[in-house]
Amino acid sequence: MGDLTEIAKKTNLFNCLECGKCTSVCPISRFGGQYSPRLMITRSIQGHYDELLVDRQIWTCLTCGMCNVHCPSDVHYTEFTRLARIESNRSGQEGLCSHGGVFQSLTKIMTSSNLKQNRMDWASSDLKISKGGEFLYFVGCLPYFDVFFSDIGVESLEIAKSVIKILNHLGIEPVLLPNERCCGHDLFWTGDMINFQRLAEHNVAEIKKSGAKTVLFSCPECYRTFKLDYPQYVGELGFDVIHLSEFLAGKVANNALKFHALKKGVTYQDPCRLGRHLGIYDPPRQLLTQIPGLTLLEMPKSREMAICCGTSCWTNCDLTSKQIQLGRLRSAKQTGADLLVTGCPKCYIHFKCAQSDQNAADEVKIEIEDLATLTAEALI
Amino acid sequence: MAQKKIKKNGFHPKIVAFACNWCSYAGADNAGVNRIQYSPHFRVIRTMCSGRVKPGFILKAFQLGADGVLVSGCHFGDCHYIFGNERAVELFEKTKKMIRLLGLEEKRLRLEWISAAEGTRWGQIIDEFVDEVTQLGPSPLVSEKTK
Repeated sequence: MGDLTEIAKKTNLFNCLECGKCTSVCPISRFGGQYSPRLMITRSIQGHYDELLVDRQIWTCLTCGMCNVHCPSDVHYTEFTRLARIESNRSGQEGLCSHGGVFQSLTKIMTSSNLKQNRMDWASSDLKISKGGEFLYFVGCLPYFDVFFSDIGVESLEIAKSVIKILNHLGIEPVLLPNERCCGHDLFWTGDMINFQRLAEHNVAEIKKSGAKTVLFSCPECYRTFKLDYPQYVGELGFDVIHLSEFLAGKVANNALKFHALKKGVTYQDPCRLGRHLGIYDPPRQLLTQIPGLTLLEMPKSREMAICCGTSCWTNCDLTSKQIQLGRLRSAKQTGADLLVTGCPKCYIHFKCAQSDQNAADEVKIEIEDLATLTAEALI
Repeated sequence: MAQKKIKKNGFHPKIVAFACNWCSYAGADNAGVNRIQYSPHFRVIRTMCSGRVKPGFILKAFQLGADGVLVSGCHFGDCHYIFGNERAVELFEKTKKMIRLLGLEEKRLRLEWISAAEGTRWGQIIDEFVDEVTQLGPSPLVSEKTK
């Protein structure tokens, strides 16, 4: 079977000092017991590749990047996991799909060239969108999440509607792509590079065809994929990419957004893709603190220390994930905030799901709202 | 009769039929025992209950090249697990919405209640469904196969 030596070299695995910091900060090993990044690295260095590539543990990692931040010898553990998953995927292994594999199938269906989606029904007439222009808003999988998670009270299309409302407030009428596909983030992190490449090529071609110069994202995963991964696989993009929070943080600095007061204490959950992967910690906070009446209460573990929302890529959702989610919700509640603001639709869905448990205690009951929805709510 | 028509068109749809163990699968068996002649262009997948058929299963079928998907279970009130088929309706509605988003004809998806005694009905429904899907033509979702 595959040889991981090259991958191990590329990701600095041989630098490992066996200090164990990665395992001590890993949210999975904190709640899950069995899993240990340090042990995975040791096993790789010792060359137990055959054993490693068929091990379930390789699919356990959340790729949240907590270990990367703490590693004193610059081991890129998440990158190692990703590359090892490509090898493992080649030999027919895959992670345990959550939700009956619906999102895995969905993303693979998206690669079909004849696909003609009906994904624009939500864009009602009060939301001004244009056929062509400088700004393009990449909606991502929100229409699908909206249908699929309707039973746990997730209305993810509210995020998309809010983004358009905010942009309209700024006098921007964004372009939407009627045939945009999934960005391929989940395929990228679960080792399916063939389908990822197809999605990337399709999306970049569609955006280029629309003539947009700047593409705006409300989803950190799409943003990360476009910003860091697409250039590697499809070459120069030819357009700028920007996350909504960065874009709006620039606007609030110029007082372009007019807010009314919202008397609320809020706490912010840093999404791993936006935070540790891209280093965007301040723009969302700048935006929140600009809303009058809003007090930002930080959780003890925030910014680069922020705990992940428990699952990634719609794989391996289990009791450990639930424990991580409940732990995070508890910590949000303890700040005394009325509202937990999330920057990523997936964090929003995962926390909502954890709360939807009938046995969920009062200590995890806190209102959750997306950054875009809250901003749109505060607009005059 | 139905079969002849299909042959002329030269297109044989691939239909995946999810049948629950307690009613529909037995119904399909009954159709065989009674030697009912009906279209062969379907593949049965037995599930313990129609409520087991998650949206993911249906999308997977489409992903792998199905032209139509039939979900069948016990009649209301007859479910072996009391309310499994009510769950099936909820899941089916969700799937239908996703299929609509994907731009696929809603006719490619069908939910039917077929009891263990309704072998003839099983045959009729399969014939009807095969005809319908044949008219719609091949699924646009058939992707360049990787898996």
